[in-house]
Amino acid sequence: MSQTLNKLKRIFLLREISSFIMLFVVIMVFFAISPLFLSRQNVGVVLEIIPELGIVAIGITMLMISGEFDLSVGSVFAFTPIMMVLMINWGMHPILGITTALVMALGIGALNGFITLTFGIPSFITTLGGMMIWRGAVLLITGGWPPFFPPEINTHIIVGRIGIFRTSIFWYAAITIIIWFILERTDFGNWVFATGGNRVAARAMGIETNRVKLFNFMLCSMLAGFTGIIQAFRLRATIPSMGGGLEMEAIAATVIGGTALMGGVGTVIGTLVGSFLIRVIDNGLVMARAPSYWFRVFIGIATISAVILNTYVRERAKKMRC
Amino acid sequence: MAQNNYLVEMKDIYKWFSGVCALNGVDFNVGYAEIVGLLGDNGAGKSTLIKILSGYHPPDSGKIFFEGKEQHFSSPREVRSLGIETIYQEAAMVHKMSIMRNIFMGRERGKVDMGFAKYLDIEQMERESMEALEDVNLRLRSPHAIVDELSGGQRQGVAIARAMYFKSKLVILDEPTNNLSVKESEKVLNFIKELKNQGISSIFISHNLYHVYPVVDRVVILSHGEKVGDFQKEETSLEEVTELMVKP
Repeated sequence: MSQTLNKLKRIFLLREISSFIMLFVVIMVFFAISPLFLSRQNVGVVLEIIPELGIVAIGITMLMISGEFDLSVGSVFAFTPIMMVLMINWGMHPILGITTALVMALGIGALNGFITLTFGIPSFITTLGGMMIWRGAVLLITGGWPPFFPPEINTHIIVGRIGIFRTSIFWYAAITIIIWFILERTDFGNWVFATGGNRVAARAMGIETNRVKLFNFMLCSMLAGFTGIIQAFRLRATIPSMGGGLEMEAIAATVIGGTALMGGVGTVIGTLVGSFLIRVIDNGLVMARAPSYWFRVFIGIATISAVILNTYVRERAKKMRC
Repeated sequence: MAQNNYLVEMKDIYKWFSGVCALNGVDFNVGYAEIVGLLGDNGAGKSTLIKILSGYHPPDSGKIFFEGKEQHFSSPREVRSLGIETIYQEAAMVHKMSIMRNIFMGRERGKVDMGFAKYLDIEQMERESMEALEDVNLRLRSPHAIVDELSGGQRQGVAIARAMYFKSKLVILDEPTNNLSVKESEKVLNFIKELKNQGISSIFISHNLYHVYPVVDRVVILSHGEKVGDFQKEETSLEEVTELMVKP
């Protein structure tokens, strides 16, 4: 008896648990409303759009655990593929175009980190500025019109079809596993938690917290750029407004998954579940024929309830006697 | 050079902060396997002296010898690599992390070095964490318990166990018994005695004489940036020390 209770307690102490429960409930509700929700085609549709939020959210998770924010991911999400397309249109080899665009995204992350850490200002401010600057840059460069998408680009490795899947879901899976591994199974992961959890202690123990943060800024920005390329390839178009509001969805997914706003706490699996939850609600509302404007309302409700549930479930579990 | 009698020798240390003299020619020594109580009221210069010794500030003038060699500390990291570990109250632990991850923070054990990072050897760190805790007679259920859920005394115990396990030569404890219950303070004092048994020196900083007195070998009293007393415990009395501490 006490052993089962103990097991139960450990499950309820998991950060991800409330988002897991919510995801399950939401899926069941949508399935009850529309049995087509779990049809082969529809599952395929959901899996097709999930990476375009999920990968961005994973970058945000790493950065947020180390105690920083990035609000510029939505703009980088647009800037990167648009630069890529323009460079290919100027005659650059597609592979080189993709690489150069990703390096630019990496550079934007480095700039975010450099400014934040050098001047000691909140990354909320730096990246809020970045969000406007890079969106502005996109609009300036394109004049607000989608640039011509070069038809010769081979999009197969990134978004090619395999049955009901697109390859982007495998990229998502691989990135999730790699980041999970770094965070949970390497010394660098330990430094990320320590940096966000107590910067003074981490420094006193010889951890170079600024380098940890800078790395995460760069990683987050590059993942956002890469995800932008995924969406551009899927749509075979780059729209200057793409990725608008994505930063908020990514932060919501991260917070729903149990990552602390103030850093030091969080999991990749939680963020994975949070991203699924957001996209499932998105799709489920369509399947239930609800007006699409409901989406934002529900995501708002889901975010707040997940965090409340998270706090409440853990408090209760701590008090469970075994 | 008779520096071998002392583990640490700080000679004629001066430090000014924006025109205010924080330390006015202080000499401070710590012997081998000695517990030194560093006493003084708030603002007496204790923290400044310790921050110099742990590498956070350079002294404006004066010399520091460690194990007989003159040192010019440039960073806390360098000081730590010499075997001087400072345990600040809230700065020692990351509260949201497990005991094991705290003990090995910055010194993680790896199975494979992948170049950009090390693949952690979790089993070994679990084993070693439990060993480290046993060294200070601290019995905790699991190395994966979150530090937040420990009592204040247990946290000090983990920090001391960490310092001991990584073979520190000198452990500096900044007000380790603050905000602890009597029973918990007792435990912390036992951890400090355990350090001495292992041949490790320690500096016990406090403004509360009654916490320090039971365990120390020697007391040093600072007042207004100057050393006003330095006694072996047997040469002095609680009354004498109290008087020196409160004297204006």
